[in-house]
Amino acid sequence: MMTKDTSGDVRLSGISKTYGSFTAVHPLDLTVPQGSFFALLGASGCGKTTTLRMIAGLEEPTSGSVSLGDQDVTNLPPYKRPVNTVFQSYALFPHLDIFENVAFGLRRRGIKSVKKQVEEMLELVQLGEQARKKPHQLSGGQQQRVAVARALINHPKVLLLDEPLGALDLKLRRQMQLELKRIQTEVGITFIHVTHDQEEAMTMADTVAVMNAGRVEQLGSPADLYENPNTTFVANFLGTSNLIEAEVDTKSGDEIVLKAGGGKLSLPAARCSAPTTTGGKVLVGIRPEKISLTHADDAGGIPEGRNRITGKIADSSFIGVSTQYVIDSPVCPEFEVYAQNIDRDARLIPGADVVLHWNPAHTFGLDATQDIDAGVETVGEEASA
Amino acid sequence: MTTVTEAPPPLAPTPQKKPPRRRGRLTPYWLLLPGILWLLLFFALPMVYQASTSVQTGSLEEGYEVTWHFATYWDAVSEYWPQFLRSVLYAGTATALCLLLGYPLAYLIAFRAGRWRNLILILVIAPFFTSFLIRTLAWKTILADGGPVVGALNSLHLLDVTSWLGITAGDRVLATPLAVVCGLTYNFLPFMILPLYTSLERIDGRLHEAAHDLYAKPFTTFRKVTFPLSMPGVVSGTLLTFIPASGDYVNADLLGSTDTRMVGNVIQGQFLRVLDYPTAAALSFILMAAILIIVTLYIRKSGTEDLV
Repeated sequence: MMTKDTSGDVRLSGISKTYGSFTAVHPLDLTVPQGSFFALLGASGCGKTTTLRMIAGLEEPTSGSVSLGDQDVTNLPPYKRPVNTVFQSYALFPHLDIFENVAFGLRRRGIKSVKKQVEEMLELVQLGEQARKKPHQLSGGQQQRVAVARALINHPKVLLLDEPLGALDLKLRRQMQLELKRIQTEVGITFIHVTHDQEEAMTMADTVAVMNAGRVEQLGSPADLYENPNTTFVANFLGTSNLIEAEVDTKSGDEIVLKAGGGKLSLPAARCSAPTTTGGKVLVGIRPEKISLTHADDAGGIPEGRNRITGKIADSSFIGVSTQYVIDSPVCPEFEVYAQNIDRDARLIPGADVVLHWNPAHTFGLDATQDIDAGVETVGEEASA
Repeated sequence: MTTVTEAPPPLAPTPQKKPPRRRGRLTPYWLLLPGILWLLLFFALPMVYQASTSVQTGSLEEGYEVTWHFATYWDAVSEYWPQFLRSVLYAGTATALCLLLGYPLAYLIAFRAGRWRNLILILVIAPFFTSFLIRTLAWKTILADGGPVVGALNSLHLLDVTSWLGITAGDRVLATPLAVVCGLTYNFLPFMILPLYTSLERIDGRLHEAAHDLYAKPFTTFRKVTFPLSMPGVVSGTLLTFIPASGDYVNADLLGSTDTRMVGNVIQGQFLRVLDYPTAAALSFILMAAILIIVTLYIRKSGTEDLV
C-alpha cells in the first residue's frame, strides 16, 4: 500500500456533541496515527460510539472538527468520507446476497468490474463458498466477517469498528480478535475500534483511549495504561486495583513514604500522578497479582525494603492457574491478591493471619480527591493473572 | 373428564404413548373448524352457486335450468370487453397514482414524522369514519362544473390538455374518466399507505447509515436499499388497491357517465336491473379469473426476486 505517510491520520480537534442539555462528548482532542490499531474503551454511555459516529459522519459534532490526513471532513456527508464502518449489528443488506453486500461500496463508486476484487476479499475473510447466500443464512461469526469485508474492500483510509464482536460468544470473539488483528496487520489501514471489553481492547489495540462520561481519561499503550493508571477510573476499569487511602509522611528525592493504617509504604515519586505535600492525602494503588502472600508465622523471612501490610484471609477461590484471595486488612477492608499456583501453602486458608508484601516499584499513586470506586462496577471478570 | 386414564405400565408401551399423540394431532383441526366452516358457508358455497348460475339458461318467468351453456361466457366477453379493459385501465391508473401519492406519505410517516407519526396515521384512516358513499358523493361536489377544481384547471388552461388527452370532455371534469380515476385513487389511497408504512417502518435505520457509509448518496440509498426492502409493502399495497378498484362500481356510477362504465357497473346492472343472472355470474367469474391472472403475473415478476 502507501508508504509511511500521514494521509490516514485521524485528527479530532475540540470535537464535542451535546443532545439538549446532555453532553455526550466533551470537547476532545485526539490524534490517531496512520496505520495504528486504536481502541476507544469505556462503559456504555461514555461517548465512545458517538465519537466514532462523528468520525464516520453519521453524527454531526456540536463543535470542533474532524480531519483525515490534511483534509477537513467535518462538513462532508458520510458518503463522501474515505472511511468505512463495521456496525455493531453488522447492518448487512438483507435483500442482497453476500457478494452484492461486499460489492455495494465499489458499485456506488462506479467501479464496473467488481468480481475479482470481491472474490479476493471474500477469500481474505474465508467466505468464498458463501458468496451467493443471503445474510440471514450465515452464522453470527460469518456475518461479522462479511461486515468487515464489505468495509475493507473500499480501501478506506480508516476503518471504524463499533463493538463489532459484541454479539459473538466468547470463543468466537477470541478467534475474531486475532483475525481482525491479522487483517489489520495485513492491510495496514488505521483501525479505530470501539469496545466496552477491556480485555478485547488490550489484546487488539496498540493504543487505547479510556473514555468516561464523555471525556478521555487516559491514553496510552495497553501495558502503560495497566501499569501506570492516572485516575481511579482507569485503575479500576482496566483489571483490578487495590486502592488505599494514605497520608504523605516524608518526601525524599524519588521516593515518597506514606502512612497507611499503622504501617509505612514506599512509593516511587515518578509513579505518582497526584501532587504530594507532606501531610496530604494520596491514593496508593497496587495490582493484585504483584502482591506476595506469606503466612504470619513466616513474616521474618520477608526481605527488607518491601511494602508490607498485615491482614487475615477472608475468602479464597481456586481458579486453576491462580488462587484469588480476599484479605481483610486494617488499611483496606477487601484487599485482593492473586497468587500463582506454583507452591501452594496449605496454611493459607480463610481465617489465617497473613502478611502481604510487594516490591515498592509496583506501587502507583493517585489523586485522593477522586472517587475511589470509579469504574469498579463495570470491571470485567477477567482481571489478568 | 374425570376418568383416570392410566395405561397398564408393563404390558403395552405402545398404547401408553398413543393417546396423547392422537389428541395433540387433532387439536389444530378443531381450531381450524370455525374458519373452515366460515369459508365453506360464505365463500365456497356462493362460488358454487354462482358457477352453476353462470351456465344456466332460461328466463325469470319460466325459471332457470343448468344447461351447461358456456356460450354465456363468450357472449359476455365479446359484448363487454370494453368495460373489462376500462376496469383494468382505471384500476391500474388509480393504483399507480395511489403508489405515487402514498409512497412519499408513508415514507414521511415512517422516517420523518417523529412525534406526529400517530396523528398522521389517524388522519390517513380518518375518512373511514364516514361512509364510502358519502365520501364519493362529496367528490361530486368537488369536481362539479362550477366547482373549485374545474375553475382552477380552466384558469391554468389545463382542461384543454386533459380534453386533448381524452380524459375530460369539454368544460367538464365530472362524468369523465378523470373523475372516476380521481375517485378511485382517493377511496383506495389508505389501502396503499398502510401496508407501505408497515413495511417501511420495519426497515432498520442502520441500513440507511450503512448505505451512506458505503458511498451511497441519499437517492441511491433509496433506490438500492429502502425501495427494495419496502417491496413487500408495495406488492400488498398495490394488490389491496388494484383488486377492489377493478371490481368497483360506485365511483364510475357517481362520478362517471355511460362512457366510463366499468365491469362492476355492468355486473351490477345485469344483476339488479336487467336481471340476467347467468350473464352477471359469468362476468363475475371472468373478472375474478382476469384479476387472478394479472395478480399472479405481477407477483411472479416482482415477488420472487426482490422479496426477502
